[in-house]
Amino acid sequence: MITRRALLETAGASAAFIGSGLAFPRLGEGAAAGPALSPALPEGLRENVVLDTLPGKKPLIKLSYRPPNYETPVEYFRTAITPNDAFFVRYHLSDIPEVTAKEWKLAVGGDGADGQIELSFDDLKKMPAFEVVAVNQCSGNRRGLFQPHVVGVEWGYGAMGCARWKGARLKDVLDKVGLKKEAIEIVLDGADGAIVDKTPDFVKSIPVWKAIEETTLIAYEMNGQPLPHFNGFPARIVLPGWTGTYWMKHVTSIKAAIKPYDGFWMKSAYRIPLGKFPLVSRFTSQDTDTNTPITEMVVNSLITSHADGASVKAGAKVSIGGIAWDGGYGIREVEVSPDGGKNWSTATLGQDIGRYAFRIFNFDFTTKARGKSVVMARATNKIGQSQTTELTLNPAGYHHNVIHAVTLNVA
Amino acid sequence: MRYLAVAFLALIAAPVAADEQPVKLKPGSGLDKVEIHCSVCHSLDYIQMNSPFPNAALWEAEVKKMIGPFGAPISDADAKVILEYLKTNYGS
Repeated sequence: MITRRALLETAGASAAFIGSGLAFPRLGEGAAAGPALSPALPEGLRENVVLDTLPGKKPLIKLSYRPPNYETPVEYFRTAITPNDAFFVRYHLSDIPEVTAKEWKLAVGGDGADGQIELSFDDLKKMPAFEVVAVNQCSGNRRGLFQPHVVGVEWGYGAMGCARWKGARLKDVLDKVGLKKEAIEIVLDGADGAIVDKTPDFVKSIPVWKAIEETTLIAYEMNGQPLPHFNGFPARIVLPGWTGTYWMKHVTSIKAAIKPYDGFWMKSAYRIPLGKFPLVSRFTSQDTDTNTPITEMVVNSLITSHADGASVKAGAKVSIGGIAWDGGYGIREVEVSPDGGKNWSTATLGQDIGRYAFRIFNFDFTTKARGKSVVMARATNKIGQSQTTELTLNPAGYHHNVIHAVTLNVA
Repeated sequence: MRYLAVAFLALIAAPVAADEQPVKLKPGSGLDKVEIHCSVCHSLDYIQMNSPFPNAALWEAEVKKMIGPFGAPISDADAKVILEYLKTNYGS
């Protein structure tokens, strides 16, 4: 049994960042903790949120204990790779067994496959291994910032992370059983489940064309280490470009299907209105007349060098830094405005570590008069998509990519 | 049977999970039903973070969602008590 040491006081919670000289107020003292969380988040969240430490994790922003939903503090996004122990945690259901690599089995088959097999962890690791650096972002990242609010896990900015994933190709595993011509979807299930029998198990499907892409993996390593338990040990699906809902953790069953999978988590959840978002990558076997499954991430960016309300000196150089990402087309440009959107300048992009990865950006400017300075960042990807200035409303609170702004106090 | 076992645990010992910190909701009529039923499947911070913005219709939809698609075995009478509690203490 793993025990958790909850951090109810904040000393040391942000220890890694003390001395960085960058103002990130600490969390955990309720509303008195200051502007660490966006004031746009629901009041009930801001009043009760704490930093809490899951086994194997650093203190993260606890949104719910059970099932565990923990968000990564923004400070960890100053690098393009997110550390495993700071990587966000997201579960839908509360029965989360601790599967050992030894007892783990992966069943592969389904009515869309020619045969069926069962793979052990060793079998999986013996297959040709591939790596991809990719962002795993929850569909509902920034849901808590929706106005008006929508019900759900009220994420701020940190329901995401970027890691170097290593594993076998899903395509190679499917080749072991062979796909029938009629196969249209691949259905994924993990070891976690519900407490009440009638609660629909968390099962997802993906289109065959996406399943057999070279970058779609059954990953068993994350940043050179075994997957943390809360990120899907011993193996999970990695589906670069698409939102986290399809990245099945603790994956135990992969079935090829000749019909669209109609379970609750496909049919009723993770849906977006048709025609509202500029998406290229589509999952048409699941379309209805009015909505479609969420697929690729929309282009987005985040300022990580300064928290909202941070103090800077008048007449001094300020280095604005952050990250940008999209659904895999790659970042073409990030523009930064030091004056609330009146003037925009092109930021310097950091190293390109892959089209599915976070891309670092930097922009230096000299502050002028004392007072408030609103700094904004706007990313554009290589197919010309940019972030929105206004929220694209949708019932479940997905795809929030409104231009991020932080207010600096120039003194 | 699993539900019964967990519900029993919820009655005798909160929180349900050994490594979970107790979440204290606002005192009020119906809190006992909320604690017994809602905490079977999820910690009660779900209610806190989704507040106080839901109006009466939104809270009603949530309670119905838990009983309908999510299959929570809650009687009509208890569901009514839970809804009143949520509207009164965590609604807008």
